[in-house]
Amino acid sequence: MTAAAPAAAEPRRRSPVRRLINLAIVPLVAVVGALIVGGVIIFLSGFASGELDPTLPFQAYASLFKGAFGSLRGILFSVLSATPLILGGMAVGLGFKAGLFNIGAQGQFLMGALGAAGVGAWVAGAPGIVAISAAVLAGAVLGAVWGFIPGALKAWTGAHEVVTTIMLNFIAGALIGYLITGPLEAPGFSFSRTGPLGNAEFPTLFGTSIHLGVFIAFALVPVIWWLLWKSTLGFEIRTVGANPDAARYAGMHPALITILTMSLCGLLAGLAGAGQILGISHFMNASYGTSVGFDSISVALLGRAHPVGITLAALLFGAMRAGSGLMQIEAGIPVEIIDVIQATILLFLAADVVVRQALRIRAPSAEPDELQTVTKTYGSGTPV
Amino acid sequence: MTESQSQASPAPALEMRGVTKRYPGVLANDHIDLDVRPGEIHALLGENGAGKSTLMNILYGLAEPDEGEILLDGEPVTIHGPSDAIDRGISMVHQHFMLVPVLSVAENILLGDEPMANPIFLDRGVAHTRIRELGRRFGFEVDPDARVGSLSVGWQQRVEILKALYRNARILVLDEPTAVLTPQETREIFGVLRQLTKELGTSIIFISHKLNEVLEVADRITVIRRGKVVGQRVPAETGEEDLAELMVGRDVQLTVDRGESTPGEPVLVARDVRVADDRGREVVHGVSFEVRAGEIFGIAGVAGNGQDELVESFTGLRRTISGQATLLGRDITHATPRELHEAGVGFVPADRHRFGLILSFPLTDNVVLNDYHAAPYARGMVRDEDAIRERTEAAIAEYDVRTHSATVTAGTLSGGNQQKLIVAREFGRDLKLLVLDQPTRGLDVGSIEFIHRQAVQRRQDGTAILLVSAELDEILELSDRIGVMYRGEMVAIVDAREADREEIGLLMATGGKVSVEAAIKDMSTDLEQAS
Repeated sequence: MTAAAPAAAEPRRRSPVRRLINLAIVPLVAVVGALIVGGVIIFLSGFASGELDPTLPFQAYASLFKGAFGSLRGILFSVLSATPLILGGMAVGLGFKAGLFNIGAQGQFLMGALGAAGVGAWVAGAPGIVAISAAVLAGAVLGAVWGFIPGALKAWTGAHEVVTTIMLNFIAGALIGYLITGPLEAPGFSFSRTGPLGNAEFPTLFGTSIHLGVFIAFALVPVIWWLLWKSTLGFEIRTVGANPDAARYAGMHPALITILTMSLCGLLAGLAGAGQILGISHFMNASYGTSVGFDSISVALLGRAHPVGITLAALLFGAMRAGSGLMQIEAGIPVEIIDVIQATILLFLAADVVVRQALRIRAPSAEPDELQTVTKTYGSGTPV
Repeated sequence: MTESQSQASPAPALEMRGVTKRYPGVLANDHIDLDVRPGEIHALLGENGAGKSTLMNILYGLAEPDEGEILLDGEPVTIHGPSDAIDRGISMVHQHFMLVPVLSVAENILLGDEPMANPIFLDRGVAHTRIRELGRRFGFEVDPDARVGSLSVGWQQRVEILKALYRNARILVLDEPTAVLTPQETREIFGVLRQLTKELGTSIIFISHKLNEVLEVADRITVIRRGKVVGQRVPAETGEEDLAELMVGRDVQLTVDRGESTPGEPVLVARDVRVADDRGREVVHGVSFEVRAGEIFGIAGVAGNGQDELVESFTGLRRTISGQATLLGRDITHATPRELHEAGVGFVPADRHRFGLILSFPLTDNVVLNDYHAAPYARGMVRDEDAIRERTEAAIAEYDVRTHSATVTAGTLSGGNQQKLIVAREFGRDLKLLVLDQPTRGLDVGSIEFIHRQAVQRRQDGTAILLVSAELDEILELSDRIGVMYRGEMVAIVDAREADREEIGLLMATGGKVSVEAAIKDMSTDLEQAS
């Protein structure tokens, strides 16, 4: 009788496919909507040149697509641009699962880059495997430390991670400026930078630009997925994120999990930074600039804080970055339109409820973790 | 008998005919007929998940019926959504209030239908006057500028009712209105409802599963079971047993046959335990008692007299300031929740949404919530999903949790089934001590009976049970010995066989202090602490 009992409140069985559609629909709408908004802006940009050409948006997007996927070089560049966003996106997404809004991926990324550049230059003469391991480890550890600090502050004092991670972003920037114009500055260059990496540079695949860091990033996607859904630690992380009180009741230690998760987030972002230094730029200068840390927040939201979703979102962002150059050359549309499109995606995602209502999509039984974290963490500030 | 009455009565204000609603695999409403007369309080009685909410969602335009029709004053209508329902004079007060806590009373009432002085600014004056008028008329004048978040639950409910009145509701649906109220507040709300029907001719649909309340307040009672109307009664011609049987579909024992208790050695011994609340104020002032194997020790008290804090201190969720608690001789004063779990302490928390369950997680994860790390559910860090699923399916079957799958989220279960899931988790293993904090709050008769039986069963197995309940009847019914809490002290411990309901009630209310001076002194201490 258990199974046959009819009851209004009983849940409806829904197929995995439907659940997937329900999960992915808002991100998809966000992307398509942002492309349309971007197209309108491109069309209106014709005002500047004096003629409105309705085909201009299509030309621009065609060039963008061609630039990203039209050649092997384009595809590789897309993947390369996506790599730090995969790691950074997971650094933010993992935090969402634990109910933490890690805005500090930027600082953790920078610290990871600093660690890899500094230690890499120091061990440049060691055998390749030793030099690379040391440099990667340094980046991962420094990133993890930059995650540990806000985690510990939250766990022990209740200081909100949104505030502390933003502060640490600035501290990381200032620290890099000081170290690279000071103790870590390599002699013999016309500007302040770290020394050559020598053997610590990542090897690349058959003369292409695809470096070891790309493989590390993609290999970590299933690892993080396994951690979240197949391991007891992942269960603890998700439980603390969903309901810290029930986590305590279940015998978990929310404070400890918070610290551990933030450290893991920092480690992932740190790896992203290390990968960019060891695989692409091969040194770090005092004014090293990047938007990876902030783009990672968009990627994590677009990817629904799921490692696979994050990978897809990162590939999309990477492809837009990679194709924008050709778009600028062929269609004369500045690469900055990509920033407009990315920001518009974020707006659509933030308006989840509005999008669902407009499309008459039933909301999932529970609000997505990442949005819950964003809305819940602001202003609550309750210590775990 | 009801036939002749209905012919003599005026035309129904609302009639629902043959309303049917199917969800995949579930017939939620099966040709339901319901008629509500003008100025009538009509109770809709049924267990959780019987289909009451679906029917009301159809009336409120939140769901479309597959078959059947709705008539208002004899006119067939189609209701397209809540705003349509409101326009037609149907208002609903949900169990979980739909109020914005940071807005004022007036703002909440006006929300969605704001009177405009001009296209830009609100016209507050007129609205405030009407809110005050309505409040005064029904004896619950509330400051329109008060922030809703600062009001007590009882007053928030009045704001909900005011909102309905402000919108000229002719048909008012109240979904489990008393679930969150104290007995005192319940009586007051009933008074308001009766006045509404008399003075304004409002028809009220009162959804509940509490038999005594339905008998007290309703003019007629329609009982729904498994999506069907199974009977209609008038309070004068029925009783609790009759209604319970209709509702559950079988003979229900409202009182559990407890048998004789054969208490053994002391399991939990508390000595001079002092505990603080969330704000750090000491709310339990040196309580001592013991719970023996094979007995149910009930703690009676008006809510907020330190009972919740006291039992939480035995579960590791709350720190003990001083004093000592031992479990079979072992000091557990500062033990962690996991240590206690492993020592054989089961805990059914009062707030099942806060502590007991993770609503967004599947049943599987909830069933192993405090065993997730141990064999057979995990080896090292790797979770064994097959073992977890097996355990869940066994628990669902044994404890009659109504669901068709172990993988749906806990939030989709009805309240009774959520509690059964917690009971399945906490009861389903070897236990020394079982702490039950408000184990049946908000549950239907069938679930209460089930949980009471399970508790008595564990007691017969020799488990020591510590029971806290705001329902004195539940304490009297289940306990072997009763401790009464008053202002953080255990003012009396009595044998249940010799317990007198009135006497315990008096102890709960006054702590046994007979002089007026003592009571006034207590009140002034309260005021000092509050400021």
